[in-house]
Amino acid sequence: METLAALGTGFSVALSPENLLWCLLGTTLGTAIGVLPGLGPALTIALLLPITFQVPATAAFILFAGIYYGAMYGGSTTSILLNTPGESATIVTALEGNKMARSGRAGAALATAAIGSFVAGTVGTLGITFLAPVVVDFALKFGPAEYFSLMVLAFVTVSAVLGSSAVRGLAALFFGIWLGLIGIDLQTGQARFTFGLDELLDGINVIVVAVGLFAVGETFYVAARRYSGNDEIVPLRGSLYMTREEWSRSWKPWLRGSAIGFPIGAMPAGGSEVPTFLSYYTEKKLSKHKEEFGTTGAIEGVAGPEAANNASAAGVLVPMLTLGLPTGATAAIMLSAFQSYGINPGPMLFQSQPQLVWGLIASLYIANIMLLVLNLPLVGLWVKILRIPPPLLYAGILVFATIGTYGISNSPVDLVLLYAIGIIGFLMRRYDFPAAPVIIGMILGPLAEQEFRRAMTISNGDWTVLVSQPLSATLLALAALALLGPMIWRVARK
Amino acid sequence: MTFTKRALLQTTLAVAAGAALGRDAHAQAIEQLQLFVPAAPGGGWDQTARTIEAVLRANNQIKTAQVTNVPGAGGVVGLPQFLNQWRGRQNALMVGGMVMVGAIIANKAPVKLTSTQPVARLTGESLVVVVPPDSPFKTAGDFANALKADPAKVPVAGGSAGGSDHILLGMIGKAAGVAANRLSYVAFAGGGPAQAALLGGHVAAGISGFGEFSEQVKAGRLRALAISADTRQPGIDVPTLKEQGIDVELFNWRGVFAPPGVNAAGRDAMVALMRTMTQSAAWQEECKKRDWTSIPLFGDDYAKYVENETTRIEAILKDLGLA
Repeated sequence: METLAALGTGFSVALSPENLLWCLLGTTLGTAIGVLPGLGPALTIALLLPITFQVPATAAFILFAGIYYGAMYGGSTTSILLNTPGESATIVTALEGNKMARSGRAGAALATAAIGSFVAGTVGTLGITFLAPVVVDFALKFGPAEYFSLMVLAFVTVSAVLGSSAVRGLAALFFGIWLGLIGIDLQTGQARFTFGLDELLDGINVIVVAVGLFAVGETFYVAARRYSGNDEIVPLRGSLYMTREEWSRSWKPWLRGSAIGFPIGAMPAGGSEVPTFLSYYTEKKLSKHKEEFGTTGAIEGVAGPEAANNASAAGVLVPMLTLGLPTGATAAIMLSAFQSYGINPGPMLFQSQPQLVWGLIASLYIANIMLLVLNLPLVGLWVKILRIPPPLLYAGILVFATIGTYGISNSPVDLVLLYAIGIIGFLMRRYDFPAAPVIIGMILGPLAEQEFRRAMTISNGDWTVLVSQPLSATLLALAALALLGPMIWRVARK
Repeated sequence: MTFTKRALLQTTLAVAAGAALGRDAHAQAIEQLQLFVPAAPGGGWDQTARTIEAVLRANNQIKTAQVTNVPGAGGVVGLPQFLNQWRGRQNALMVGGMVMVGAIIANKAPVKLTSTQPVARLTGESLVVVVPPDSPFKTAGDFANALKADPAKVPVAGGSAGGSDHILLGMIGKAAGVAANRLSYVAFAGGGPAQAALLGGHVAAGISGFGEFSEQVKAGRLRALAISADTRQPGIDVPTLKEQGIDVELFNWRGVFAPPGVNAAGRDAMVALMRTMTQSAAWQEECKKRDWTSIPLFGDDYAKYVENETTRIEAILKDLGLA
């Protein structure tokens, strides 16, 4: 009851006309930057930090939260339409979403992404409201050993995206892991695979690789097949929005995605990418339409991961608000904004700044509704992009990808990388190597490596910590089940 | 980060104005100050730059400022750009600090911080050694003794290897007579994730900037054993390492540097600008709000300090096997 009363006060703060305007501004801006590859919420909020000198704290945080949630919505749009992920959290969305767009169901893919984001965002915000202290205690139980086991589970599930040939899939995966290892090693401070280039010391940005492989590689591939003149524009099949069948195929993935995304987002090293992989795997296993995965595009493969990434965005706010722990780049920058107001984010925040915290939480509910209202009508407009003739569309994608990449670090090195990776992407496409495992290897590989070495440093080189801790052992058991389960099942059936 | 026509025009005007006014420039408000931040927006150096901008503007010491961020590898990516492309620019300052000294050595970068013209040391932050509340370590002495007994049993969390947190552990280890390579240091991507490992009880102790842990300490979720400052800090009720018989001190200092190729008058104008700023009430206010200790040091004294720090840190990093 206490929580509800506090939330009521929060709504009275968030519903003031001024704060509603800030929320609207934030969500609109967030959607826009989510669409642009390279411009993420962290960078945008950092650039807006100077305004914190001019407006009250509550207004600034409502604006920031709107940007954060909005970016998660907007990121899926370009993934689906242009195969160009705007955020690393929406890379998985491109897998099925773009396939759906190519078979005339762009509207449904965009709609399930938007509604799924709304559902997950709301579930996540409910989680912040009622479960924050419980979730954070659970999340803190995850130490390096547990994270490593979680990564093992994620690696096993990656087989779902390896494609038809395991050798090609694994080659792509290891290429990704190698890309991820480039840069200074955190545990020893030594540079690895940087070839003497200072620009590579901080590693390669995963967005550069994703945009290079998906968007630039794809453009080269289309261009290489020469312009045959009969480029038929894919007609929209069926209704613009979702059909009854698509609704009934979407709602369970939305809820499952939310359930996977929220707790992992709340984990200090969870992030938003791992839950999207896990959700994609779950949906592919559970779907009654497995044949649509990777061919015409399965709506479950968009609905689940989209819900997972939005729920994880809500999860990230849990340790930030309850403990003052920044677990992602965006949260870290929001924390520095707290400091410029002289507010110390930490375990006391709920007690010392109830107006601010509850106003912020209430504004998250409002932001979710605004984003749905803002994004659904846009679906009709977005799908028209696909009616642009391919030569113009692909030229546009290249411009878009180039500008977005330059925006990440203003570094010409990133542009060279983008096109080099684009050429690799073209060759991979030409020789039928899947691109998704590269990205997954790049994200998971270094995480798994660092967590493993941390676990070994802490345990003094004792391997058994991986199985002696109940949480870690459970995760490894799940991974074994996912790996061996189908085989045993097949043998048993024969 | 965007370079608009207007900014270009302002820059041109500022340079022209600076040249025309010569050494009187510092007496009036500077048209435009250019701040170079070799790190991403939002971090400590970026906050320092943006606070400098806000304070100087509030004091009417400058009219506008432009902040350029070139992130990467503790400043090693940005520094060459500042040394080459910003050479000879009047009214330009780079924000940097102790972390950069370490990064240059650890990455064997071909550039030196001493190739710039040090203008002023501005702030410092003490590091702190913390433990979970149920830890058997009550004092820094307990911690040092445990290290001496078996360093492998005392995993310590902190920021990236070779950073200030790691350096402090190396110094404590050395003072306790433990070889640096036997220390069990667990590197995390920053104070936040390191803090999570501590709160979850996965490591025995943690080291980070005092500000990163202060709220957890206040709330009783972590216990502070010692700070790394040379003397007690006002407002921080934690004894120093020195007080507890461990002869180690380390400040994570931040300061500003002018590019090479600026004449002595130009540099002195910047020193005067910073001197006036650090004495202003607005600056003191900001430092207090952000838990920064004001430790002003200017011109040649500061240049000497940077040189000494470079020698000292290089020696520690060598012990840790990182240089």
